[in-house]
Amino acid sequence: MSSLPALFGVLVFTFLLMRVLPGDPAVFFASGPNAGKEEIEIIRKQMGLDKPVPEQLLLYLYDVGRGNLGKSLMTGQSVTTDLRDRLPASLELTLTALLIAMVSAIPLGVVAALKPGSIVDHGVRLFCALGVCVPTFVSGLLLIYVFYYLLGLAPDPTGRIDVFTSLPPQRTGFLTVDFLLAGDLDGWWVAFRQLILPAMTMALFVIAPLARITRASMLVSLGSDFVRTARSVGLSWWRIVVTYALRNAILPVITIAGIVFSTMLGANVLVEKVYSWPGVASYALDALLSSDYAPVQGFVLLMASIFVVVNLLVDVLYGIADPRVSI
Amino acid sequence: MTEPLLRIEDLHVTFSTRRGLVEAVRGVTLALEPGEMLGLVGESGSGKSVTGFATTRLLDKAGRVTKGRICYRGQDITKIPDSDFRALHGAAMSMIFQNPRAALNPIRAIGLQIADAILSHKRTSKEAAAGEALNLLRAVQIRDPEKRMTAYPHELSGGMCQRVMIAIAISCNPMLLIADEPTTGLDVTTQKVVMDLLAQIAAERGMATILITHDLGLAAQYCRRVVVMEQGRLVEEAPPEMLFRHPQHAYTRRLVAASPTASSRIADLVTDEERGQYLAVLAAYKPPPAPPPGTPPLLDVKDLAKRYDQGPPALIGFSMTIKAGESVGLVGESGSGKTTTSRMICRLIDASEGEILFDGQSIGHLPAREFHRSPYRKDIQIVFQDPNESLNPRFTAFDCIAHPLLRLSGLRPGDALRQRVEECAQRVGLPVELLSRFPHQLSGGQKARVGIARAIACRPRLLVLDEPTAALDVSVQAVVLQLLDRLRREDHLALLFVSHDLNVVRMMCDRTIVLRNGSIVEAGESRALFDNPQTDYTRELVEAVPHIGAAATAAVV
Amino acid sequence: MGIDLMPGATLRHTAWILRGNPLTAVAASGVILLVLIAIFGPSIAPYDPIASNVSEALQPPSSLHLAGTDQLGRDNFSRLLVATRLDLVIAVSAVGISFVLGAVTGAFCGYAGGRLDRAIGRFVDVMMAFPLFVLAMAMVAALGNRVENIVLATAFINLPFYIRFARAEVNVRRNVGWVEAARASGESHVSVVMRFLLPNVLPAMAVQMSLNLGWAILNAAGLSFIGLGVRPPTPEWGIMVAEGARFISTGKWWLVAFPGFALMLAVLCFNLLGDGMRDILDPRMRT
Repeated sequence: MSSLPALFGVLVFTFLLMRVLPGDPAVFFASGPNAGKEEIEIIRKQMGLDKPVPEQLLLYLYDVGRGNLGKSLMTGQSVTTDLRDRLPASLELTLTALLIAMVSAIPLGVVAALKPGSIVDHGVRLFCALGVCVPTFVSGLLLIYVFYYLLGLAPDPTGRIDVFTSLPPQRTGFLTVDFLLAGDLDGWWVAFRQLILPAMTMALFVIAPLARITRASMLVSLGSDFVRTARSVGLSWWRIVVTYALRNAILPVITIAGIVFSTMLGANVLVEKVYSWPGVASYALDALLSSDYAPVQGFVLLMASIFVVVNLLVDVLYGIADPRVSI
Repeated sequence: MTEPLLRIEDLHVTFSTRRGLVEAVRGVTLALEPGEMLGLVGESGSGKSVTGFATTRLLDKAGRVTKGRICYRGQDITKIPDSDFRALHGAAMSMIFQNPRAALNPIRAIGLQIADAILSHKRTSKEAAAGEALNLLRAVQIRDPEKRMTAYPHELSGGMCQRVMIAIAISCNPMLLIADEPTTGLDVTTQKVVMDLLAQIAAERGMATILITHDLGLAAQYCRRVVVMEQGRLVEEAPPEMLFRHPQHAYTRRLVAASPTASSRIADLVTDEERGQYLAVLAAYKPPPAPPPGTPPLLDVKDLAKRYDQGPPALIGFSMTIKAGESVGLVGESGSGKTTTSRMICRLIDASEGEILFDGQSIGHLPAREFHRSPYRKDIQIVFQDPNESLNPRFTAFDCIAHPLLRLSGLRPGDALRQRVEECAQRVGLPVELLSRFPHQLSGGQKARVGIARAIACRPRLLVLDEPTAALDVSVQAVVLQLLDRLRREDHLALLFVSHDLNVVRMMCDRTIVLRNGSIVEAGESRALFDNPQTDYTRELVEAVPHIGAAATAAVV
Repeated sequence: MGIDLMPGATLRHTAWILRGNPLTAVAASGVILLVLIAIFGPSIAPYDPIASNVSEALQPPSSLHLAGTDQLGRDNFSRLLVATRLDLVIAVSAVGISFVLGAVTGAFCGYAGGRLDRAIGRFVDVMMAFPLFVLAMAMVAALGNRVENIVLATAFINLPFYIRFARAEVNVRRNVGWVEAARASGESHVSVVMRFLLPNVLPAMAVQMSLNLGWAILNAAGLSFIGLGVRPPTPEWGIMVAEGARFISTGKWWLVAFPGFALMLAVLCFNLLGDGMRDILDPRMRT
């Protein structure tokens, strides 16, 4: 619930950002730098740039509320449409990566904590120490080199499907889901193969911090007084490790997962660039480099909103998991 | 002759630490009869808790039994594998621990936790286990047990948590219960409730109990036999009355002397060299001449109150006076408001209402954030409870004592400062060589002395003491108390002694004020107040203090 | 009086810590090496980092060119060395600015509480609502594509971490005995925060700073990878990876691997050093 003021702050911030951008915003929201003077004047009036700033803010908020984020110079469409078209691609990538990361990292962390000082533990710690050091774009490129160039296992790392396969009927926008829903297993396989490498790249980035926090949290949990009590009355190994230690240990991991997701939204930019993935981040990046600012503003707003929603989800999940916290 | 339930023979326990191997238990031999309650008493480092943890195989990973045997019902349990020991945990022997809230799973309902214990040793249905858990909650006298079954530990008080712990520990009917400092940290009235319950349950079930504690009085009241440990060795073993009246070993003598009872005198607390110094001061002591009539008392507090935004007021309607050189005790349990009062008098926080007059001048009107500039700042100083937290870890002992001198007495770094600091150190019995050490390099007692030296450095006229010895071992506490009284007499220092320990307050203070939930319940001359309490609450407090006189009748087996 | 860190004792203590902790010693040497390269890089580079020689383009590593050459025939190794300076300068300035501002703000908030604390808390929440990389992108876009703005953007997005961290650490300590004792000895609130609490919080913050340095380097490299901030032909690790990215599918691995390795090494050293620094600065470790 405390995220709502944050969302408002985000809106105000992006508004200010627009005012700070070099050049005349009206020009950018018109059809291009070569727009005629009357057109620019009309746009200026429409945007309310001749009005005092507080009033402009209100207009801006009203526009956003109606879903009007301006128009992109590159695509010629409204930013809202562009973002809506491309969002599923980014989400599919990020969510798959998160899934891979959590499924790998949490067991790793737990096993490392159960056998401290063992080879597994040292291995996990080494992996974590190195994992946070490698930049996403480097690991992505190196993965391409190994799996595409050297081993030939991965397909051409460009885009979501190859040129031969046609898109499934759009239901969720998630290609893997849509192919399955359409019963098209060949198509699903193609989409899956294209998805694996970028998802792995992004997952690698976050496996390290997730495993590290799981391990640390599990160690604390296993060494706590209440686990000692559980042992003192002879509870079974499973009950001690899973019901007592792990359930407590998972609480900080939930919080960190939320933060990790936010980092991934940022890393999206890098991964989409490396793999030419047609998501919102590469859209915004291309716009930015061509001085097309409306998409950038829309993208920033979108990312922040997603993060606020995720934060809320995390808070709710945490509130369910921990009875000491009131939602 | 019955076989003892538990026999510990020449037990040695070693820990591997950063500094090498440390032997925490060095050859302890003792036996426990079925149904007996044995007290295991010692100060920090005595190895008493380690002995308990070694018996139940709950030692920290760094600890190992290196020699000796522990025989439970004739079988050496140090040699059996972990998987076999699990059958013993809970069904043959159980433990309850210090800090009961931390010992319970914070995100699991307590009813389930009790049921977990039951189900790990008995094959029944979940409903049957829940039913048994409910019965256990009744057995430990928890009110509204049906509602509490689904409660979480953070919703329960400390005393209730300990009772839940007891319920878990006895759920599988063990014959041996080891209680490691079960009431440390609980209010004295709660302590009585928990200990009475423990004794009753042990008697009903014929369960043998080992009570591990640092409080000799507590062990004496509830145990049939008491064993004293020092530095990993067993030093003496005797029934409580014998131990108190005729202690054999030198350490036991020191410990008995240092444990404050209803009839202790400060002079008797410490039996070695420092005592000589104290006796000399006591002999030379002349109470200060009565001030001319009309002189205001040193401290005059009128209708002091403190309210926070939420909840009931922390303190209300508090009035008292302190004369120069007088010592006044402020007693109360947790939530009584005694800490808040001490902070207000010391001008570290502001009062919501009321007046504070020092030497007739109002010091309450000046806000706490400005008080550091007032000339009265150096007249009122404070000694804090936890010596581990009250010294800046980045300051040497010298820096700690010098700090107020630099800021309040206008001294500059140099010979005069050094002389003054060394003088203070000598007065509190701190060897001058220790001044260059950091707090983590000093013992608890040494840190306490540094805290006192710092407080008296600027020659204050009123010293507020906030539980100054609560975190110290009994023998160290004895030395510090004697030191404080000596300083008081030498300097004609007024003391405001805040404590929860009634025996200490009775010894140290001329007058005592009893606080409860923010209001004064009773006030008066100390001896009279404790011998003849006028209000029910004070009477309850006095009776809850463990005392040796009750030993013969209260010890159940 | 005050922090009693005599130079001789600190050096001895540092040496003792390093002896007991070989990993930290290695990390420290790594950092020192990086700093030296940063300072002397241009002088020791075997080739001119911007000199192009198209006939030698895209050569794999050899004895002549230790790290190969890029698409314009420039020596990769020399570019690597020279890039060290830029990357380090960006990271150090950004972290320095955000640390100073963030720590002081956070400390006062944690100590004072109340309305100011809540207001700043809200601000920090808003800032952390942005996926930080996105925010950096937006800031650089708004302020202009220059290196100084990368520093500012990185400093700005780092700020909430320090504010929150300092606030939490000070909050834990503000009611501790020795803080009240300092007040009883005549210190005002401000001097308690600045002279006592902040230095006491320093060891924890130092660990944070070292980790941040690694993260700032990654961030700066990432921004230049996507084309913001540093422009060609300036050598910078991120740009080098960007330029080499085009050739990875044709197997020219050295253009990406070497700068990537340099990045990884730098970040690793700072991370390991952060852990070691905590031991040095905490006087409790002294015996």
